[in-house]
Amino acid sequence: MRIFKVIPALILGMVITMGVNIAAAADLIVGVSWSNFQEERWKTDEAAMKAALNAGGAKYISADAGGSAEKQLADVEGLIARGANAIIILAWDADAVLPGVTKAKAEGIPVLGYDRLIEAPGVFYLTFDNVEVGRMQARAVYAVQPKGNYVFIKGASTDPNADFLHGGQLEVLQAALDKGDIKVVGEQYTDGWKPENAQRNMEQILTANNNKVDAVVASNDGTAGGVVAALTAQGMEGTPVSGQDGDHAALNRVARGWQTVSVWKDARALGKAAGSVAVQLAKGTMASDVKGAIKWSGGAKGVEMDAILLPPVPITHDNLDIVIDAGWVSKAVVCQGVSSNPPAACK
Amino acid sequence: MTDTPTDTSLGDDRPDTGSDRSESKLTALFRTCEIDARMAAMVVVLIAVWLGMHVLTDGFFLTARNLYNLTVQSSVVGIMATGMVLVIVARHIDLSVGSVMGFTGMVIAWLQVDVFPLGVVWNWPATIVLGLMLGALIGAWQGYWIAYRSIPAFVVTLGGLLMFRGLAFLVTDGRTVAPMDPTYQLLGGGIDGSIGETWSWVFGIVAIAVIAFMTWQQRHSRIKHGFPTKHILIEWMLFVIWSSLIIAFVVVMNSYTKPRTDIPRGIPVPVLILIGVVLVMALITKVTTFGRYVFAMGGNPRAAELSGINVKKMTLFIFVVMGILCGVAAVITTARLNAGANSMGQLAELSVIAAAVIGGTSLAGGVGSIAGAILGAVIMQSLENGMVLMGVSSAMRQVVIGLVLLLAVWFDTLYKKPH
Repeated sequence: MRIFKVIPALILGMVITMGVNIAAAADLIVGVSWSNFQEERWKTDEAAMKAALNAGGAKYISADAGGSAEKQLADVEGLIARGANAIIILAWDADAVLPGVTKAKAEGIPVLGYDRLIEAPGVFYLTFDNVEVGRMQARAVYAVQPKGNYVFIKGASTDPNADFLHGGQLEVLQAALDKGDIKVVGEQYTDGWKPENAQRNMEQILTANNNKVDAVVASNDGTAGGVVAALTAQGMEGTPVSGQDGDHAALNRVARGWQTVSVWKDARALGKAAGSVAVQLAKGTMASDVKGAIKWSGGAKGVEMDAILLPPVPITHDNLDIVIDAGWVSKAVVCQGVSSNPPAACK
Repeated sequence: MTDTPTDTSLGDDRPDTGSDRSESKLTALFRTCEIDARMAAMVVVLIAVWLGMHVLTDGFFLTARNLYNLTVQSSVVGIMATGMVLVIVARHIDLSVGSVMGFTGMVIAWLQVDVFPLGVVWNWPATIVLGLMLGALIGAWQGYWIAYRSIPAFVVTLGGLLMFRGLAFLVTDGRTVAPMDPTYQLLGGGIDGSIGETWSWVFGIVAIAVIAFMTWQQRHSRIKHGFPTKHILIEWMLFVIWSSLIIAFVVVMNSYTKPRTDIPRGIPVPVLILIGVVLVMALITKVTTFGRYVFAMGGNPRAAELSGINVKKMTLFIFVVMGILCGVAAVITTARLNAGANSMGQLAELSVIAAAVIGGTSLAGGVGSIAGAILGAVIMQSLENGMVLMGVSSAMRQVVIGLVLLLAVWFDTLYKKPH
């Protein structure tokens, strides 16, 4: 009977070892430490990154911290031990990962902070311009609704990006707010960025204002979905609403005229840029000599870093063809159920 | 409105300890009316919350429109809380309900939008049936490990919390699926998702007739078997209270009109589903042997087993019921959101457990009531709803809800002390 007790242990052991991949020695190795590979988005990044590394003749090794700051620290040390010549870090906790960064720098290995800021001297920062995303959201909504009652549906209060976005939104709208052209009649964070929470908050804001809402600046497409559901229940679909991420459902709403803008950050562009910058750094190029690099010091601590901030693209009714042509989403998905006033991309 | 007509202490098996002591006049009144004092206290709390919120929101809280919102917003947590009562009464816990709801919801949305042909009549009903079956299957899976492999429910469902959240993601690799079928959207209580003025009145009148019939029948049968009956005036008084509550509910739901028209909305579909679920669950706990076994198991598992109850099978059933209810909640959520998003139901397990606990379900097992859980869900949602109307930040809302949970359990321990 003992054999039956051994089998589960064996299976467990196999499952664990399967997750470990051992890198063979190569001339140029770029290590990537992912924060939580669970999210769909990073798979897109990874594919683009791999392709760019391949093109540059570098080998890709990686580790996934699975949403744990401690694990990520060990991962970075592991990547150093496995002989990485450059390390790309998607930080789970930007401060907790600093000891790993210090270790890499001590070994003379360049570090690239990917998408999320790791604010330390000598780290190369590569991201989309998040404040610009907020500005683009506000600009698109303001362009169609320059007067009236505005609502802000912000992201999760625990996510610093939520405040970056809101900062950008206010930057654009401040003048109109000061003039009194627009008035904020509701402002809420959305716990966990959850659409259900955004929907409930929007329902309550509509109730408190007797539906006198003219525009909603929502911080991403998930929350925008909740907002549009709440507006639809009041027969108010078509009220200007912003978003970001280029979610398929959101692009369909843009085509239908229920959402004004979805600011799209092409993950493949970011992944590709990371791959090519990492290869340059691994070959010994100085960070300041990387093509397109600027000096940036917009972080909380004001540390000056070499950085590339890619511009996002606001997708509206008029330029839906961009996402379709880029192969991000199929025309059928974008144009499903579009009847009146179809966008050019659906004709 | 969500209680069964004739018995406010539905499913509450709390032992009677005060009968031979001197009791206060109020307790005596409750006893003659056969009203559970704890339930009465909860109703008082609810009324206090409502009046307080009404003042604090400058008169926006107790409007037809907000009460309509409130009932719809409470229905998802309420539905899952009725199942959680059974689970907790049987001395288990289910931490996976939010994830199971998210997973079944994603499967329903994915089948409806990506798999089955769009626009065919059988599409959405088929996805509902499959979604509920999936919920039952997940319940059976978890129930099996708990009942037949003796792994604590806490561990099994903690595993489930992670597994099914992950599976919810994997269904479409994290992509949000939308839009849902237009008919299906009615189940979420959106712009056309209510039954209109006439049918709301029909519903109200039928409900009152059923209460009248059941009151009469119960009284009749008590007299026949020589049991003591309530005073006829009290019987009438209770009947009048229930009837007026039902009429008030219908009037309120009918006075909220569709935008830019005078067409009354009537009772929202998700609330009808909630009422249906509550009736079924109340019947299960009150009338069926299964229900009685669950309470017996919770009261004293060893004695229940020795007296021949198949505890393992009952445990499996409890989790199957919980799984199906998660499926029902998933239907309403996806219909209401008009989308399937993989984050649906995150942290819902906490709201559901809190609703059951605030509603008087004891974590020690053996005690709990369906009606209490619904009241608990409505109280919590009223606080959330009112505080958003007031523009309170989400961090502050969490503080308040947490405090309310603590106070509710403290109240419960006070109540349970010998009189």
